[in-house]
Amino acid sequence: MALLSKKDANLILDPLADNNPITIQVLGICSALAITAELKASIVMAVSVLFVMGVGNVVISLMRNIIPSKIRIIVQLVVVATLVIIVDQVLKAFAYELSKTLSVFVGLIITNCIIMGRFEAFALANGTWRSFLDGIGNAAGYGVILVIIGFFRELLGSGTLLGYKVLGDPIAKTGLYAIGYENNGFMLLSPMALIVVGLIIWVQRSRNKALIEEN
Amino acid sequence: MLEHVELFFKSIFIDNMVFATFLGMCSYLAVSKKVTTAVGLGAAVIFVLAVTVPLNWLLDQYLLRDGALEWLGPEYADYNLSFLSFILFIATIATMVQLVEIVVEKFSPALYNSLGIFLPLIAVNCAILGGSLFMQSRDIQSLGLAFNYGLSSGIGWFLAILAIAAIREKIRYSNVPAPLRGLGITFITTGLMAIGFMSFGGMLTGGDEAPKEGEENTVQTSEEEKIIEEAKENTVSFNNAIINE
Repeated sequence: MALLSKKDANLILDPLADNNPITIQVLGICSALAITAELKASIVMAVSVLFVMGVGNVVISLMRNIIPSKIRIIVQLVVVATLVIIVDQVLKAFAYELSKTLSVFVGLIITNCIIMGRFEAFALANGTWRSFLDGIGNAAGYGVILVIIGFFRELLGSGTLLGYKVLGDPIAKTGLYAIGYENNGFMLLSPMALIVVGLIIWVQRSRNKALIEEN
Repeated sequence: MLEHVELFFKSIFIDNMVFATFLGMCSYLAVSKKVTTAVGLGAAVIFVLAVTVPLNWLLDQYLLRDGALEWLGPEYADYNLSFLSFILFIATIATMVQLVEIVVEKFSPALYNSLGIFLPLIAVNCAILGGSLFMQSRDIQSLGLAFNYGLSSGIGWFLAILAIAAIREKIRYSNVPAPLRGLGITFITTGLMAIGFMSFGGMLTGGDEAPKEGEENTVQTSEEEKIIEEAKENTVSFNNAIINE
């Protein structure tokens, strides 16, 4: 961390835990839940958001002095939409199957509240380097949660990780399946994503009592 | 006519925006602490969805999709501008929201007072953009159906936020484990509600009747039904667990 001063390092580290965009700030939930049935999709989504946030925050922060405040929302939307189109086209060109799985949720990065939230709250008021760090930090905090959810849903739901059969073959009855283990297909369905996030919040807030909120 | 009815109920219950596709979760979680505000936001979402989805349908049909520019002349038939749909859709939505805000303020100050603060919020609500994107990917056939789709998805979203707001008002008096208070319990409640909504899945296939939408769907439905049965047992025990705690 010699490169970064302590204050700058906090910009990255805070959103990873105590100021996490998903579990604390409640931003960007939609995509976090919808595409996490597989670990691979979660990772791709996390990387896409990392790219959009990092670049977007820099662009907005560079333009922060020339954007009239009345039309700032639409300027922000155009910047994000452009970046998302780039991500979408790259995915379609190099990972077509995956882009089918993600379907409309790549497009929905545009309305991912984390991005607009960070633009409004940080990039419009801070310098380029700090905005970049803030973008990376928040996107990473989002990505961490996404990967955790994806990990558990894929492991418990289909017994695989990134497509590898880590628990053995359910048809040939090898590995864990030999002793009667069954996949919980329910984990693959959308409601379980909500419950997994609920449990993550539970664990996080039990460890850090300061985060507990009023009922 | 039948397809309208089918789409209407399908969008409200089976493909409910919140419970099936998680669209608009951010405002769903943030603005559901009181029933009155939830009703305001829900009404605004219905309104904006019913306006923007048909509008974006026209854009998609006559500007964006493969060969859509044919009406300009045969030499334009090869253009496929669909990569522009994100930016055009979001621009339409932002403009419409602004326009709706101005018009409502001018002609109905009472409505503006109840919807007003929510309208700017809505431009970045994923449910609105999601409605247009799903309209595009599901290949809705006519303008009427597009309007129907926008309206009924809006109603589905409205029902969802109304339900969770009512539940949260009640939950305030319950003894929830401290770390789960607020956000955590709302997530889990929503999960349980989503499980409940999954039981609408068999509504349109009509039990034994052969389903209309091709085989893939059949497999999914029967699998889902099996899982739902298991889920119901789980839900009951889960509910009990929560009540006990």
